[in-house]
Amino acid sequence: MAREGLSFITGYEWYSSINSDGSTGEDPSVYGIGAMLIGTIITALIAVSIGVPISIAAALYLNFYVPTAIRGFLVGVIDLMAAFPSILFGLWGFNVLMPSGEYWAKLLHKYLGWIPLFDVSTPFFSRSPFIAGLVLAIMIIPIVTSIAREVFSQTPLDRIQAAYALGATKWTMIRAVVLPFGYSGVVGGAMLGLGRAMGETVAVFTVLNIIFQANFQILLGAGGNVASLIILKFGEASAEEIKALMAAGLILFLLTLLVNMLADLLVSRTVKQGR
Amino acid sequence: MSTATLTYPKPQKPWRPKQRDLIPTYLGVLVVLLGTWALVEFTGFAGKLGAFASAVICTTAVSTLLAGRSRGTQAAKNAAVASIITSLALLAVFPVISILGTVLIRGTKGIYVGFFTTDMGLASVNDPLNVGGILHAIVGTFIMIIIATLVSVPLGISTAIYLTEIRGPGSILIRFLVQAMSGVPSIVAGLFIYSAIISGSGRGFNGLWGALALAILMLPTVARTAEEVLLLIAEDLREAGLALGATQWRTVAMVVVPAAKSGLITAIILGIARIAGETAPLLFTTGGGDVTNLNPVDGVMGSIPFAIWKALISGSAESNARAWASILVLLALVMILFFSARRLGKTRR
Repeated sequence: MAREGLSFITGYEWYSSINSDGSTGEDPSVYGIGAMLIGTIITALIAVSIGVPISIAAALYLNFYVPTAIRGFLVGVIDLMAAFPSILFGLWGFNVLMPSGEYWAKLLHKYLGWIPLFDVSTPFFSRSPFIAGLVLAIMIIPIVTSIAREVFSQTPLDRIQAAYALGATKWTMIRAVVLPFGYSGVVGGAMLGLGRAMGETVAVFTVLNIIFQANFQILLGAGGNVASLIILKFGEASAEEIKALMAAGLILFLLTLLVNMLADLLVSRTVKQGR
Repeated sequence: MSTATLTYPKPQKPWRPKQRDLIPTYLGVLVVLLGTWALVEFTGFAGKLGAFASAVICTTAVSTLLAGRSRGTQAAKNAAVASIITSLALLAVFPVISILGTVLIRGTKGIYVGFFTTDMGLASVNDPLNVGGILHAIVGTFIMIIIATLVSVPLGISTAIYLTEIRGPGSILIRFLVQAMSGVPSIVAGLFIYSAIISGSGRGFNGLWGALALAILMLPTVARTAEEVLLLIAEDLREAGLALGATQWRTVAMVVVPAAKSGLITAIILGIARIAGETAPLLFTTGGGDVTNLNPVDGVMGSIPFAIWKALISGSAESNARAWASILVLLALVMILFFSARRLGKTRR
C-alpha cells in the first residue's frame, strides 16, 4: 500500500504483472481499489435507501399498529431473518430474487430512464448493483428494524398520551412525537445497516458481476465491492498481490469501523435519553 | 302456581356497525380486487410482487377515500399512512417466507440417507446425487464451533462480568471496543487471522485457524448479550451476597452468575448461531477439504458453508442441488439454535 500511495484508493486498475510461473511480466503491477470502493458505497447506499424505509415502517407497525396476537410471531420471524447465514441470501438472491429484480430494473429503466442514474449504456440488466443492493437491503432489514423498534419503544408514554388527548390521530401522534424522538436513533440504526452492507462479502460475490470500472449506472450488470474483490483475487494471488489485498481489507475495516462508531454514538444517545 | 316467566333482554351491541354502514367497506374491497386485477392486466406490473404492489396502491387509495369521505382530511391521511405502513411491514416478512420455501423445495431433492454418512473425498462434482455427502463438512463445522466456543465464551463472559460487576476504570473503553468489534465485517476477521498466523510463516490451512477467526466474530456477540443479561439481575441479590460477608468474587461466582445462568446460555447459543453460517472467514483459513478430518491442527478441514461455496463455484447441476441440500442442513442447524435460544430467553422472564 505504501508503494502505491494515494493512487491505491483512487486508481481504477487492478493488474498483477507476476505470472503464474513466478516470472515478472513487462508492465509494472498496478493496484487500485477506486472502482471497488465506489462500488461498495453505491451498493451499500442502494441497500440503505431501499431497506431503511421498509424497516422504519416495520418498526412502527410492530410498535403501534400490529394486533397483539401476531406481534410475537412477527418479531420472531424478523429476528430469525437476522440469523440466516449470508451465503443463503446470496444463493436465494441469485436464484429467486434475480429474475424478478431484473424485471423491475427493466421497468425502472423504461419509465425513469431519463434520470442518469437509471440509464444503461448496454441493455444488460442481470447481476447489476441494483440487484445486489436489493439483496443487501433484505439482509439489513432485520438489524435496522430491531434497532428502530427498540428506539421507538423508548418514546415516553406520557407524551404519546398527551398527543392523543389533544385529539391527534395515530399518524399525527407518530409524526409529532415518535419520529422526532427516535430520529437520531433511527439514523444510527441506518448507519449500522450501512456498515453491514459495506462489509458483506459472499452475498455480493454470488450476485454481482464483478468488473473493474467505476459504474454509476446502477441497473447495468457490472460493479463490485472491496470485500468481493478480496475473495475474487485471493485464490491465485502472488505474495505481493496478497499484500495489496490486505491493504484493501484494512481500508474496508477502517471504513466500517468509522461508520459503526458514529452509529453506536447516535443509538446510545437516544436510548439513554428515553430512560 | 305459575312463576312469572322472566324474559332476558338480548345483549345489544350498539357500537357495532350495522349492515347498512358496512356497504361502503364491501364496495371498497370489491374496488380493490377489481383495481388490482386491472393494474396487473393492463400495466407493467407483473408477477407476485407486481400483484402485491397493485394491491397496496388500490387498498391505500380506497381506504383513504373512504376515511376521507366519512371523517375528514386528518382521518384520510391517517388511513393512507396506516395502509402504507402495514404493507411495507408485510414486505419485510415476505423474503423470509420465500427463502424458507425455496430452501425446503430445492433442498429436499438432494438429501438422501448417505448424505450424512459419506464425504466428498471420492466423489467428483458431476457425480449423481446419491454419491458423496457432507459428513466432512458437518464434522468440520462442529469441531470449529466447539473450539471457537471454548475460546470466546470464557473471554466474552469475563468481559461482561468486568463491565457489569467490577466496573473498572477501563469499562468505557472496553464497551466501546466490543461495540466496534461487533460491526467488523466477517471477511476482515478471516484476513486478520491469515495475515497474523498463516501468511509467510509456512503454516498451512487448518481447522484451528478457522475456529480462531470464528471466535473473533463470536466474542462481541457473547459479550454484549451476556452484559445485557447480567444488567437484568436485581441489585438486591448482589447486596444480599455482600451483606452475608461474601467477598465480591464469591458474590459474583455463587450468586450473580447462577442467577443469570439461562441468560448466559442464551448468549452462548446466539453467539454460535452467529458463526455457524459464516463463510468468508473460513475461505482464508481452513482450506476447505473434501475428506473427513477429525484433527483440527493438521490439514485442511471442510465446513458446511465452505462445502456450499465449493458446490456453487463448480456450477454443475448436481453440485447445485448439493449446495441447496447443504444449505437446508445449515438452515436447520441455525434454526434449532435460534429457537432454543428464544425458548431459554422466554422461561427466564
